Amino acid sequence: MDLYLPIANLPVNTVFIIGLGGLVGLLSGMFGVGGGFLTTPLLILYGIPPTVAAASAATQVTGTSVSGVISHLSRNTIDVRMGVVMVVGGTIGAVIGAGLFSLLQSIGQMDTVISLLYVLMLGSIGAMMAWESGQALIRMKTGARPPARKRRHHPLVASLPMRWRFYKSGLYISPLAPLLLGMVTGIMTMLLGVGGGFILVPAMLYLLGMTTQVVVGTSLFQVLFVTMAATLVHSLTTKAVDFVLALLLLIGSVTGAQIGTRISRRMQPEYLRVILAAIVLVVAIRMALGLGWRPDEIYTLEVR
Amino acid sequence: MPARALRLACLPAFALMLGGASAPHLVPDVSQRQIDIQYSFKGAELLLFGAIAYPDGRPPDKPADIVVVLKGPERPIRIREKQKVAGIWVNADSMQFQSVPSFYAIASSRPIEQITDERTTAIYELSITNIQLSPTSFSDTAEIARFERGLIDLQQREGLFVQRPGTVEITDGLLYRVRLPLSARVVVGDYTAETFLIQDGRVVAAAVRDIQVRKSGFERFVALAAERWPLPYGLAATAMAVLMGLLAGWVGRRV
Repeated sequence: MDLYLPIANLPVNTVFIIGLGGLVGLLSGMFGVGGGFLTTPLLILYGIPPTVAAASAATQVTGTSVSGVISHLSRNTIDVRMGVVMVVGGTIGAVIGAGLFSLLQSIGQMDTVISLLYVLMLGSIGAMMAWESGQALIRMKTGARPPARKRRHHPLVASLPMRWRFYKSGLYISPLAPLLLGMVTGIMTMLLGVGGGFILVPAMLYLLGMTTQVVVGTSLFQVLFVTMAATLVHSLTTKAVDFVLALLLLIGSVTGAQIGTRISRRMQPEYLRVILAAIVLVVAIRMALGLGWRPDEIYTLEVR
Repeated sequence: MPARALRLACLPAFALMLGGASAPHLVPDVSQRQIDIQYSFKGAELLLFGAIAYPDGRPPDKPADIVVVLKGPERPIRIREKQKVAGIWVNADSMQFQSVPSFYAIASSRPIEQITDERTTAIYELSITNIQLSPTSFSDTAEIARFERGLIDLQQREGLFVQRPGTVEITDGLLYRVRLPLSARVVVGDYTAETFLIQDGRVVAAAVRDIQVRKSGFERFVALAAERWPLPYGLAATAMAVLMGLLAGWVGRRV
């Protein structure tokens, strides 16, 4: 069954889009990531204009992260103070992202920058995750204990002025560090339609040195509110949020997320992370190849 | 636009000069004056038909030809060309065209080159390669031609530029009919269906019908809301996402 998308201005196969949402939701439920990093490229491959894809994917991530945030709130595993600082940063980032968006569009380099960012981001995060989860697997098999952490947080973080106490994270650091981190993910949310969870989580662990128990909850908290901000900024600037597309994606992804959560409870986290690392790397490699291959269309049109 | 209006306005006078009272005229119509884009829109097929009215009611011994052109609103377009730079494909050169029809479909009773000469084809824009795209660049003609080819090729594969020679049926030399496909990717706006009667290589009659393409119902409301009330629209989209998430969580806890 086909459905016409009023903002993207083209008909799409309903079953395909819901299925895509479902797949992304399944992954997000299983791995606790937003899944935007899969939605946007897949929508673009399907023929949805990149701007509409990124904007609507951001809206979708809002929906998929809601139930996660609620369950973390009830388990008291969110550092709200830290989260609010990052959301403020993320909102500023979304506005900066909007500026970058129109700049890149006017010089016609939007597609290239999106692809390059994806390759860099997914490539490095995927490689890091693969290495780390591989080590964890080996330790699990051999029964060796994980090596002790050498330092609390990165020296750069410690050198920033002004210090706040973040009790739940067990930190006494400058709020500028999470603010900047929030800004970076805000920009990426705006440009790529990703929640940025898979950047936030390692950064919170290894750069800020937050207590592990609150990392995932706080990252989801920031993702929820920053994707909301990005949806609003997109509505106001690019006007590219497609309500119907977002609704279709959400029908699939909220359902998939529930199923994914159940699967994840039956699997060992070490294996889950290896699988996630593999998926991230495959997407990164596919996009890297896409940059080098001769594209299907040499010419692109832009109304102006 | 003014050029075309002038051209069409001049036609009757032109015809009068040529044949006086014996000039034929066209009575065209279309199957739909208004096309609504709705949730199930997958493109449309338009039937363009009409009568050729000769002063004495009889067609001439040598049959005339009919050319039908369906055109969408013109828009300024920037076309970008990808080139391989440092191993990756990036947008490099670009060119601006001031008046690119968002849709262009042409059908004729015989191949255009058998109906009329190149000059007439160019004046009346009777083939895809003769659409006036108005490039705003001062670069050499070879470069302009390269971009034009790219643009036309892209639009043809998207189904936005359509050429169907030999598909106009003429019955008894008096009635004509043709079907033209309207791609699902058409933009909204005012379309025109121009019909030309061509005899001995000359356009002897022409007529225009307007067709309106617009979104309707929910699709129209969404597009309008996104454009006119961006903040409430964004809030609504966010609220929808949050509600869907809450709903799924609620259902998930009970299943």
